[in-house]
Amino acid sequence: MGAAHSASEEVRELEGKTGFSSDQIEQLHRRFKQLSGDQPTIRKENFNNVPDLELNPIRSKIVRAFFDNRNLRKGPSGLADEINFEDFLTIMSYFRPIDTTMDEEQVELSRKEKLRFLFHMYDSDSDGRITLEEYRNVVEELLSGNPHIEKESARSIADGAMMEAASVCMGQMEPDQVYEGITFEDFLKIWQGIDIETKMHVRFLNMETMALCH
Amino acid sequence: SCHSCELKGGIGAKPLGSRGRDGGFQVVTFKWAHVQDPYVIALWILVASLAKIGFHLSHKVTSVVPESALLIVLGLVLGGIVWAADHIASFTLTPTVFFFYLLPPIVLDAGYFMPNRLFFGNLGTILLYAVVGTVWNAATTGLSLYGVFLSGLMGDLQIGLLDFLLFGSLIAAVDPVAVLAVFEEVHVNEVLFIIVFGESLLNDAVTVVLYNVFESFVALGGDNVTGVDCVKGIVSFFVVSLGGTLVGVVFAFLLSLVTRFTKHVRIIEPGFVFIISYLSYLTSEMLSLSAILAITFCGICCQKYVKANISEQSATTVRYTMKMLASSAETIIFMFLGISAVNPFIWTWNTAFVLLTLVFISVYRAIGVVLQTWLLNRYRMVQLEPIDQVVLSYGGLRGAVAFALVVLLDGDKVKEKNLFVSTTIIVVFFTVIFQGLTIKPLVQWLKVKRSEHREPRLNEKLHGRAFDHILSAIEDISGQIGHNYLRDKWSHFDRKFLSRVLMRRSAQKSRDRILNVFHELNLKDAISYVAEGERRGSLAFIRSPSTDNVVNVDFTPRSSTVEASVSYLLRENVSAVCLDMQSLEQRRRSIRDAEDMVTHHTLQQYLYKPRQEEGENVRRWYKHLYSRHELTPTEDEKQDREIFHRTMRKRLESFKSTKLGLNQNKKAAKMYKRERAQKRRNSSIPNGKLPMESPAQNFTIKEKDLELSDTEEPPNYDEEMSGGIEFLASVTKDTASDSPAGIDNPVFSPDEALDRSLLARLPPWLSPGEMVVPSQRARTQIPYSPGTFRRLMPFRLSSKSVDSFLQADGPEERPPAALPESTHM
Repeated sequence: MGAAHSASEEVRELEGKTGFSSDQIEQLHRRFKQLSGDQPTIRKENFNNVPDLELNPIRSKIVRAFFDNRNLRKGPSGLADEINFEDFLTIMSYFRPIDTTMDEEQVELSRKEKLRFLFHMYDSDSDGRITLEEYRNVVEELLSGNPHIEKESARSIADGAMMEAASVCMGQMEPDQVYEGITFEDFLKIWQGIDIETKMHVRFLNMETMALCH
Repeated sequence: SCHSCELKGGIGAKPLGSRGRDGGFQVVTFKWAHVQDPYVIALWILVASLAKIGFHLSHKVTSVVPESALLIVLGLVLGGIVWAADHIASFTLTPTVFFFYLLPPIVLDAGYFMPNRLFFGNLGTILLYAVVGTVWNAATTGLSLYGVFLSGLMGDLQIGLLDFLLFGSLIAAVDPVAVLAVFEEVHVNEVLFIIVFGESLLNDAVTVVLYNVFESFVALGGDNVTGVDCVKGIVSFFVVSLGGTLVGVVFAFLLSLVTRFTKHVRIIEPGFVFIISYLSYLTSEMLSLSAILAITFCGICCQKYVKANISEQSATTVRYTMKMLASSAETIIFMFLGISAVNPFIWTWNTAFVLLTLVFISVYRAIGVVLQTWLLNRYRMVQLEPIDQVVLSYGGLRGAVAFALVVLLDGDKVKEKNLFVSTTIIVVFFTVIFQGLTIKPLVQWLKVKRSEHREPRLNEKLHGRAFDHILSAIEDISGQIGHNYLRDKWSHFDRKFLSRVLMRRSAQKSRDRILNVFHELNLKDAISYVAEGERRGSLAFIRSPSTDNVVNVDFTPRSSTVEASVSYLLRENVSAVCLDMQSLEQRRRSIRDAEDMVTHHTLQQYLYKPRQEEGENVRRWYKHLYSRHELTPTEDEKQDREIFHRTMRKRLESFKSTKLGLNQNKKAAKMYKRERAQKRRNSSIPNGKLPMESPAQNFTIKEKDLELSDTEEPPNYDEEMSGGIEFLASVTKDTASDSPAGIDNPVFSPDEALDRSLLARLPPWLSPGEMVVPSQRARTQIPYSPGTFRRLMPFRLSSKSVDSFLQADGPEERPPAALPESTHM
């Protein structure tokens, strides 16, 4: 009994931390166990068990994001070897829809967090800048799903995008000015005015709304 | 309005045509009867179109009053004149004309240009509004009217419950034509628009079924309706809607398949789109399924494949023809709605009935929207705010579909048909004119989120793509089947199977949204860029300042382009871009891509000097070069540079856009050998004078190269890349490996003016590991002064070889010592 009690305590704690409802947490916990094979932690290899992920062109980047310390604990760079359930939830919570009860500031904050997640994914050497090389790398992977697009096309698209980013962020550049890469501030600038409401949210099984119904 | 007077006169003078008999052979006969019908139709269309011109003469009027309202009023006036002339309502909007000829183009246009992602993303919401909402509207309106009727407020009417329900069902549906006409001018945000618009399209199935069911019930008589009939009615709803959709999908499949094989009949290619979609409409009408659903889904499903398959010219033709047909049909519909109303024989007034109908449809619409939204908001990710709900309710316009349906009623069975007709006309006029007039101020007053037209941006598209993948991955990982999961699976299925069957092989390759944006941006850019030249009033600045330069040979690829002087080319571009940006494709393709090559390098050089470089050093070097002709940047220059940057940026995006090149595989391969041969020749020629010696050849090679450049790997500038491009812009490999001393490609001789020591200081970012390696030519030729930039940019549009302009630009800015001769070893 005691164990059950502490478990529910734990769930409550997680609820507070991640904003998921207890139903959602339960659901995700089941999934977590399934992925980890009933182990307390997940390692990278465990993600190989998700068959649908196979088709995802940027799967390695996504899986990596799960282990990225910057995403997990807002800590310094580096990758964790394994993550526990709480970490798993932390990553998942990046994709929670914006709460209707949030005020403007919180919405802005959550938006920033979400974008930071994406930024970290691009910035693979975690130096706070997406360099051309990193960008090219991402674009290449993104477009690798289409076998007809060659690497070179991807590259030049990345170049074009970088150029665009440079002009958005730096405005008019002097000829001898160097744009070294997209910083997070630049990244936010690029995203300015773009709705990410539908882009960065996953509805986690409507558990919350279902609970409301009861 | 004069037309109609004459028209009437003409009809009165019918017998004129037969006059010829008695006088033997007549040189000229007047045969009005012979041409009457098509003539009248053509005249009406002309009147409607002229009226449209008239409206737009005054911007003030059209910005306040929606066009649809103006057309209705015009119709009323014209109808009045016609009536005054001969007291017969000879022209009305007949259901046959409406359903067979006027409605299909509008709905096809809607389907073919449907933003699919948005549509399917909101499909659940749309369906709920379309199905439940329409049933709700029909039932509540019908029942409430019946209730009031029972209370005796309407007086004595020959009318039963079923008649009321029948009326309710035809007045319930939001009308696609009216909604489109009004909302297109209001510009609410896209989600809101797609919901109202999608609802108006998809509710057709409900309307058709309800209408048919109640009509047959009325015919049967209220007492004979059994429970079985009701069940049949419900079943028929599914059959009608799903059947209609299926017909649409099947025809879309057919259409896509057909367009895959129209390569050799380009000229009739656009015809297929119209004919096959129209057939889907007729087929489902024949099977008594929902024709609107059929043609809508035909458009929705085929758009992707058709757009990929047909040539760009055909795509433009399809786009314009479709818009033209739809817009004309809409114009005629509204005008004829007005004309049809002028007919005293159909008017039966019943104040209570008319007013209550107006009240009920508005009130129940609002209640329905609120209830459904309450339900939806628990499942929607993007909530529909109260403001949105107001617009949703207020945007429930009724239109010509209701009118055509009510006219279709059988007067013998529906005793109060005329009352229904009059009321429908009032309702349509009220919603289109009053609500249409007020919705714009309302939207402004409520501060509804408006749609903002924004330039497509590459970054946005890329990030969006990344998000798509992330979301579907998250759904995969968390083990849910959600929207993203489904979309992901569908796109996978589409890529693997559907596209393979339905798309040309060449199209399969170049079809990618991101590439499309890429391509579009480039085209747009080209236009704005030319326009900029025009704006500045002179195209002269585009010409090379030193056409007499040794190196600046006019590379005329074909005799047909002899007249391709710069200004000619530009003028033609400007006039062509509006309708057909591809007309000069052949000619421009080569130029553009060659330019992109250089652009690419230039830009990389200036903006993407990798950060590993010893920035200081190099920067100073550039400073030095730039200060050589220190020009204080004037306002004009600043602008120039800004344009330059913008242009360059966008141009760069087109840099070997796959669209241009990928279908050239074979050709490219064929050219390959020739190029190798050419290359050998090139390298045997020791200096940069080659272009002068064999100008035409050089140009052709470049053209080939461009095609090749899409399939091969230009930025690497492999040894394989030969001829023009190598000549033009790429010595990277050599220099990269040989740097710092670097420059020993025989074709490229270093510019002596920039002494080797200077070049030797270039190195870090030329080192082999580096990705960004500008061409030697770019290094040596471009950075003379900002002035160089200015000319470089515009010049790229010219038909001259890039090579020539690079060199041609030099002399003016450089001191005499650095004349181009120095480019030769």
